[in-house]
Amino acid sequence: MILSALGSLGALVVAAPVIPGVATKTRALLTGRRGPPLWQPYADLRKLMRKGATYSTTTTWAFRLAPLAVVATTLLASAIVPLDGRRGLVSFTGDAVAFAYLLGLGRFLLVLGALDTGSSFEGMGTSREVSFASLVEPGLFVALVALGVATERLSLTGMFGMELWQRWPVVAPSVILLAVSLFVLMLAECARVPVDDPSTHLELTMIHEVMVLDHSGPDLAFILYANALKMAVFAALILDLIVPRAALGAWGSAAVLVGALIASGIAVGIVESSMARLRMPKVPLFIAGGTALGLFGLILLLQ
Amino acid sequence: MESLSQLLLFLVVFTDFAVLGSSRLSACIRAVALQGLLLGLLPPVLFGSVSLHVLALAVGTVLVKAVVLPAFLRWAIREASVRREVDPLVGYLPSLLLGVIALAASFAVANVLPVRAGYSDLLIPAALVTVVIGLIVLITRAKALTQVVGYLMLENGIYLFGLTQLQRVPFLVEVGVLLDVFVGVFIMGIVVFHINREFDSISAANLTRLHE
Repeated sequence: MILSALGSLGALVVAAPVIPGVATKTRALLTGRRGPPLWQPYADLRKLMRKGATYSTTTTWAFRLAPLAVVATTLLASAIVPLDGRRGLVSFTGDAVAFAYLLGLGRFLLVLGALDTGSSFEGMGTSREVSFASLVEPGLFVALVALGVATERLSLTGMFGMELWQRWPVVAPSVILLAVSLFVLMLAECARVPVDDPSTHLELTMIHEVMVLDHSGPDLAFILYANALKMAVFAALILDLIVPRAALGAWGSAAVLVGALIASGIAVGIVESSMARLRMPKVPLFIAGGTALGLFGLILLLQ
Repeated sequence: MESLSQLLLFLVVFTDFAVLGSSRLSACIRAVALQGLLLGLLPPVLFGSVSLHVLALAVGTVLVKAVVLPAFLRWAIREASVRREVDPLVGYLPSLLLGVIALAASFAVANVLPVRAGYSDLLIPAALVTVVIGLIVLITRAKALTQVVGYLMLENGIYLFGLTQLQRVPFLVEVGVLLDVFVGVFIMGIVVFHINREFDSISAANLTRLHE
């Protein structure tokens, strides 16, 4: 059991950068271009890891801590998620809250690091990032509460694992709603297109990119990797909701997980090439729409 | 059949929220047209049998609600050269919130109503929420055209409610209701057109200034 959870975690950690790669490739193909190769994110990470980092003299330890902290918290959060469709590596009652706030802690430390630079531009970026994050969090909790109601469990292993599949025939409509809701939240949480454009470098519209502007070299690599890992974690959560994997072996479910990462990359790419980034006042509406889907699922369960 | 009707009713609720959340008139009209199509598909799916009564109702509904009325509303937009944006008196986010509250309330109310849906337990909540969201759109959007859209949604909700009693309501009554809606929307469209000619805008607030 532990081995299968470890195997899936390993697959997730290795394959996470596939998602942005596939998303970029899908977007390029759909708009009639060839696009960078699929392993481009790996090449980028390798390039950044070999570079040196530059630190401004006004920064302190908070700035240097941020990239490591964001990777560490995301890894811890992914250890709680039942990545192999059965159980998480770590599981305890109420770990759903720990999951949400590990992601929150990573963001908080990243924000601290950005504020540490003393740049007013980064201050603006953090205020944007935090104001949208504060909308994503209730949405995430609505989804978690709904799954808690559906399975009567308080840990992610219970919510997304075997218990869910025993009740699946009864709760299927709301679980599918929750999966869509989680996809919307993933786009917002990981700074993808309708909310933020990862390829833009226009000061007026940047959200997430602003905060990481001063990070360079390995630090930037850590931040990019953590973002990919976060997307992979969300993709794994969605996979747990819509595909049962209890019957598969350790290798099978790890392979399905990697397939799901590729599929979510394609989904993100399709969304990115079919719609433009929303105007900033419209973003709360988009996130609220996702939350409303989750609430709809919750209402169906409470009926 | 059960799960298919469930899916259709889900989609009806989604179109409700699409109208609440969209800022473009044409998007609202498209959502209402889709809703009309779904309502037309519902009776054969719900009852599982295709009698002449059910089939005629389905075809009539699709024709009027998904084809004729949306086309007419689009004509009104084009002819009156209305600005393509919805003028919400209550913002999109609060109206979405109101919609969710309406959804919760209609599920709560549907449980205690002494009506038996008979076909699908989602039917009555979907009907109630469509009525309430139709009302919300009617009240909170300034433009006369969006009010027509709200009125259409209101009527769609009543139609959904009527589906619970379909076996008992004679065909003529159904057709009469459909005709009523058609004429109602038609008159509203003409009125919208004239308000626009008179005031160069279709804000319903101008109605208070109409004189002989």
